Amino acid sequence: MRIDKDLVAASATPLVLGILLEGESYGYAILKRVDELSDGRLSWTDGMLYPLLHRLERVGHVSSSWHTAETGRRRKLYAITAHGRRALADRQSQWAVVSEALDRIWNPMTPHPAGGAA
Amino acid sequence: MSELDLEIARWSTHLRRNPALADADVEEMEAHLRDRVADLVDRGLDEDEAFLIAVKRMGNVDAIAQEFAREHAERLWKQLVPPPAAPPGVPGAELAVVLALAAGAALVSRAVAEAFAPERAALCASLLVGPFLGAYFAWKRALSTDVTAVLVAVLVVTGTVVNSYPFDADDATLVLVILHLPVVVWFVVGVAYAGGDWRSHQQRMHLVRFTGEWVVYYTLLALGGGVLVGLTMAAFAAIDVDASRVLVEWVLPLGAAGAVLVAAWLVEAKQAVIENIAPVLTRVFTPLTILMLAAVLVAFAARPGLVAADRDLLILMAAILVLVLGLLLYSVSARDPLEPPRLADTLQLVLVALAIAVDAVVLVAMVARIAEFGPSPNKVAALGLNLVILVNLARSAWLTLGFLRRTRPFADLERWQTTYLPAYPAWAAVVALVLPPVFAFS
Repeated sequence: MRIDKDLVAASATPLVLGILLEGESYGYAILKRVDELSDGRLSWTDGMLYPLLHRLERVGHVSSSWHTAETGRRRKLYAITAHGRRALADRQSQWAVVSEALDRIWNPMTPHPAGGAA
Repeated sequence: MSELDLEIARWSTHLRRNPALADADVEEMEAHLRDRVADLVDRGLDEDEAFLIAVKRMGNVDAIAQEFAREHAERLWKQLVPPPAAPPGVPGAELAVVLALAAGAALVSRAVAEAFAPERAALCASLLVGPFLGAYFAWKRALSTDVTAVLVAVLVVTGTVVNSYPFDADDATLVLVILHLPVVVWFVVGVAYAGGDWRSHQQRMHLVRFTGEWVVYYTLLALGGGVLVGLTMAAFAAIDVDASRVLVEWVLPLGAAGAVLVAAWLVEAKQAVIENIAPVLTRVFTPLTILMLAAVLVAFAARPGLVAADRDLLILMAAILVLVLGLLLYSVSARDPLEPPRLADTLQLVLVALAIAVDAVVLVAMVARIAEFGPSPNKVAALGLNLVILVNLARSAWLTLGFLRRTRPFADLERWQTTYLPAYPAWAAVVALVLPPVFAFS
């Protein structure tokens, strides 16, 4: 299954922020985590992650720092900021609304805890 | 060096050539590529195959670079590259268009200066030159007909209104219109500069950068032109020919109007400059302006009675605030928003805070004075400009403080500047269009 690129783009920010909530990480590891989480079905163009990370850093959702690994290779680590946590909480509630609405229209017979089936 | 290292080096050299990518970005992506290759090799691929797959998964380098360019527009301004949108038509066409428009602007202003009184010509100068600059951008950005029509209509209406006002040559309101109208025209042209996309914050920041660089180029051209005119005059005087009339009445005004277009073209083409001059000027003048403001503040505090007595102080203060605002915009537009706080940011906060302090002293004195003697056009215009800039400085100081304390990103300050930008032409339009009738064209 190929996921529409607009959908991939829309889910990228909450996914990256959510992954960073698990702990600081670097670009390649973030992509591998996305791969794991989606069982390989959500595929990004690798390079596009970096402009996204830079944008998140500019708006203050993440901070970055360079670290040298034991192998001697330098890595840029990203960590979520307090500002980013708030933004993620906000995104989460937005996504919940969207997914609940979709769920209701696609599964009209299932009763819903929040308000019940119409 | 292994074959793989060579391949990766070739790949990153290609990336490094792109001005939108900083070395650190390339390093970051190179580390990614190596991780991917190592993973694939672990799964049993040989290095060549792994490299090819890793590069393919990384994606189209130009597309990534374009995304970076959108994210780091300030980087492109520091490079000797023309903007990505290539102008239409044949090479050399742009220069021809610029020269034709510059000649047109020069001749039209000269014709008006010939036909009307000097104050009328001064009133119309920006309205006459502006459209030529606007036309250049409309051509370059392939502006849509709708936007062009709106901009033309705004200029025509503005021109008709101010020219219908019954000014006398020595009216204070006339001088105010002559000073404020260019700001209005500049922003109308600015919409054309932004390709009609005036809501975009990025385009607004580009306009700020463009304006900063344009002022520098125009000043340089004016200096050069002045020296040339002076030397020519002296040379002709040596053989007893008085060239001053030709030079002052023809060469100077034609040059002044034409240089508006040429300076704009130079900024667009970025020819013969190594680095943006704006950040350099900011670094030099921020500390000097801090010293000046501190001295002024001490002097005002020493003689509080005299502050209230000087009627020109409010206008002077407005001019000082324009300077501080200019420095602030220069530095915000040239700064890499990802850099951590530095000394320059602290100095900027000191500058803004001092300007607010000096302005507060003057405002308190002036409000009392206006209450006592009643408003005049000059006082209202200066007071309004004062307040418009003061609001910006107060918020900027707050945001800069937050940035220095690392509680908010620099982007907030950038965003605030671009959000506030329309306030300047709005106030200038009030002064140019509303103030004269309110004060009965006095």
